[in-house]
Amino acid sequence: MVHVSATPVLALRGVSKRFGAVQALTDVELEVHAGEVVALVGDNGAGKSTLVKTIAGVHPIDEGVIEWEGKSVTINRPHDAQNLGIATVYQDLALADNIDVVGNLYLGREVRRYGILDEVEMERRSRELLTTLSIRIPSVRIPIASLSGGQRQTVAIARSMLGEPKLVILDEPTAALGVEQTAQVLDLVERLRERGLAVILISHNMADVKAVADKVAVLRLGRNNGVFEVKTTSQEEIISAITGATDNAVTRRAARSTGEIKK
Amino acid sequence: MSIDKTSASPEDHVVENPDAAPQAVTAVDPRLLVREQGFKGYITEFKRKIKAGDLGAIPVVIGLAIIWIIFQSLNSNFLTAGNLSDISVAMVGTGMIAVGIVFVLLLGEIDLSVGSVSGVAGAAFAVLTVTHGMSAWLAFVLAILTGTVAGAIHGFVFAKIGVPAFAVTLAGLLFWNGFMLQILGDSGTINLDSEGLVAKLTSYYFTDVAAAYGLALAVTVLYFLSSFFGNRRREAAGVPSRPLSETILRTVLLAILSFVVAAVYNQYKGLPLAVVIFIAVLLITDFVLRRTRYGRMIFALGGSVEASRRAGINVEMVRISVFAISGTFAAIGGLFIASKIASANQGAGAGDLLMNAIAAAVIGGTSLFGGRGRTWNALLGVLVIVSIQYGLALEGIASPVQYMITGGVLLATVVIDAITRKTQKTAGRA
Repeated sequence: MVHVSATPVLALRGVSKRFGAVQALTDVELEVHAGEVVALVGDNGAGKSTLVKTIAGVHPIDEGVIEWEGKSVTINRPHDAQNLGIATVYQDLALADNIDVVGNLYLGREVRRYGILDEVEMERRSRELLTTLSIRIPSVRIPIASLSGGQRQTVAIARSMLGEPKLVILDEPTAALGVEQTAQVLDLVERLRERGLAVILISHNMADVKAVADKVAVLRLGRNNGVFEVKTTSQEEIISAITGATDNAVTRRAARSTGEIKK
Repeated sequence: MSIDKTSASPEDHVVENPDAAPQAVTAVDPRLLVREQGFKGYITEFKRKIKAGDLGAIPVVIGLAIIWIIFQSLNSNFLTAGNLSDISVAMVGTGMIAVGIVFVLLLGEIDLSVGSVSGVAGAAFAVLTVTHGMSAWLAFVLAILTGTVAGAIHGFVFAKIGVPAFAVTLAGLLFWNGFMLQILGDSGTINLDSEGLVAKLTSYYFTDVAAAYGLALAVTVLYFLSSFFGNRRREAAGVPSRPLSETILRTVLLAILSFVVAAVYNQYKGLPLAVVIFIAVLLITDFVLRRTRYGRMIFALGGSVEASRRAGINVEMVRISVFAISGTFAAIGGLFIASKIASANQGAGAGDLLMNAIAAAVIGGTSLFGGRGRTWNALLGVLVIVSIQYGLALEGIASPVQYMITGGVLLATVVIDAITRKTQKTAGRA
């Protein structure tokens, strides 16, 4: 079903990030291929947001290498990430409530004709985009304030698609959404994958992760704590990797004793 | 709540079958009310908007009508061509300042310095021309630039250093007032050449009858053409367009309004230059705000600073430039005010000028919370305020009462604004 290319779109190799005395990320590895949804999970403070921000260019990395389509790149500013083809949809959607859907979709990259906003062209393209993504909203000419939470989320995701990115990062897209709206957003994530995009999905919701992700990368205390194939992994295994249930006094003792036997 | 329908021809509605083509789902939620094409759709849409609290300029227009009727019933000289013409010339000074205030309010900020800055501009022009003998045009440009620089300084301190705009411009209010008194020197009042450039701003009238009617005709024709060809383009692109009947109705209403105004002017001294400049400023600023990328940035910043920043908008530059615009219009307004009294004096820019300018913007319908408003609001608002001033002056009522009544009108407007916003929220439109 999923055709994974040999070279990952994005690969992090041994990425570390410090904030003062806090070691937020230590030697983190992550690979995302085209047409693949990688869920990034972890407990609060595990470093998910920090990791995403390093990719998005909000926080430059201290150590390690970021590879984009096999080549080492430096991402120091959000602009660098955008130029590479990385689109990020943050948890707070960053839409202007008072501006209509078309205006928000094209905010910062307005289509112009003789230097004047080309509202007709923007409206036509917005309708096209929303239709191809099967996004259902009342009208492209109503202000964002009139939309429901799920509709706003889909608009925010659609907005990220306008730059024709290769990698889309979704930060908790289904948090605070209802059942129906969550399903709409998950459908949309699948549509992004069908279009051959790489998707990094941050989520706390295991049901969502199981539903759409191909791989699950677990972060714990700023380190990798396993990458799992979703199909072959049970929810319990993922959860124990998140909470560190496998890394306790009992497992450590077991690991020691097997080590001694080997000696 | 309504939506526009994608399909251009009525046949599409009939054959529409959701099961037939699951791939071709339109961006339309089936629960929503569909706006019908044609004139009937326009009427139902209008009724729906009123019910949802989307009143637009209607409360101000009704308010203005009530004010005019009351003053006319008190004094039959109120609605004469002469008085109306005088009102429209007198309002330009405050109106220009209010245009700048609209820009600042759109960001969700406030500029308290505009009164003082307007005083500085008048004084600077007077000093440069009368005391230093500079050419009127150069002094005119320099006086306006003083306002731009003053505004840019406020904007810089606000945007780069992060001092609240309220505090920065409050400091500006005091500073620029002192600056004005300083440059005026001991004399206190400098009289302007009554035939000079600035004096002409409010004293020149196009006496030819054809001027006013010609302008009215030009405005009407331009409106019709731009809206007709705009709609043709929308139709061609397959996006919802206004029916032709609506365009014609709007054009007819605009024609009636502009020709009535032109007729009133022609009954008196003719078309005032000040009004022509004011209308031109309103047209240009409205165009900039609604049709250019810069205007879109201002609205975006008023809606969400974070969203703007992430969209790559240079937030600091927009903020500085908006305050510079506010200062510029304050200076222009100041020159119009100086023109009206043909002098620059120590009282310029003080008193109720600042409050009137802000009230004009708000009464006209600009939101105090940012992101909503148009520069045309300044016209309606200032018309209300100056009408009250002139009406009370005709009655010989002193300024204490004037202040109280203007304050009451402002309160009423803000109350209407708050109530309509609540209605809009329950109707899901705010």
